[in-house]
Amino acid sequence: MLLIRCPYCEETLPEAEFTYAGEAHIIRPERPSDQTDEQWEEYLFIRTNVKGAHYERWRHMHGCGRFFNAVRDTVSDRFLTTYKAGAPRPDLSTLTESQK
Amino acid sequence: MNAPICSLTPSILAESTAARVSLAAPCARFSLRARGDLGPLEGALGLTLPGRIGTRADAGMLQAMCLGPDEWVLHAPESAASGVLSACEAVYATHPHSLVEISGREVTFVIEGPRAAELLTLGCPRDIETIAVGEGRRTLFDGATVLLLRDEETLFRMDCWNSFAPHLRHLLETGCRELAAEAL
Ligand SMILES: [Zn+2]
Repeated sequence: MLLIRCPYCEETLPEAEFTYAGEAHIIRPERPSDQTDEQWEEYLFIRTNVKGAHYERWRHMHGCGRFFNAVRDTVSDRFLTTYKAGAPRPDLSTLTESQK
Repeated sequence: MNAPICSLTPSILAESTAARVSLAAPCARFSLRARGDLGPLEGALGLTLPGRIGTRADAGMLQAMCLGPDEWVLHAPESAASGVLSACEAVYATHPHSLVEISGREVTFVIEGPRAAELLTLGCPRDIETIAVGEGRRTLFDGATVLLLRDEETLFRMDCWNSFAPHLRHLLETGCRELAAEAL
């Protein structure tokens, strides 16, 4: 079982308390009606599906209830960091540096 | 078999040398959501709302536990319910918040005895020892969201939604027997 650090509870807890919520930092267009079909498709469905460091959302469902963001390596399942919703996307080079 | 909820009355539900599980008498419960300046609300309630998730504060018979960055649960005797509601109502206009009575939504199991913490490990993926005496957490017990409050080293309260109660009761009952059998 994965152990995930909730940035609100400031505790590292079993995965069973959390639910996965897809890729992070996907911003909804301000005026959906101005979007072309292709742009709207892009927003709704097209994801990066990276092999490696993935910015993704999680929710501490059976805990504080909050959504937050994480960077997880999709190859090793290792969490590089977790951070509060609304916080800027952390720079990957500083994250991978600290893992060395 | 799982007992229907109506058959759960405040009493001892299971007891062994390991632990005792009982159903607590009904109490008043509230879900409180508030942000910003909590001062007026704290004045109305007569207690300081705990700031760190999992910590608790008591004032007389009123107990508050922090569940999230802007979320608390309040426990009080049933007789105090209307007082809590009217006190918070009085500051609502100047300090909007959400106070919802959820007394009937949940029941409380009291789990105590020398191996109470071990009994909880049957359904709780979290390390029970990370919950300090006097604190509590919202967590998971065999698939159901529960509030776990640690009142003493070997005395816990578990609040769960009504519909989960028969299942959790059954599991706790089995666990009580199982732990006791293991010790023989
Ligand atoms: Zn949390």
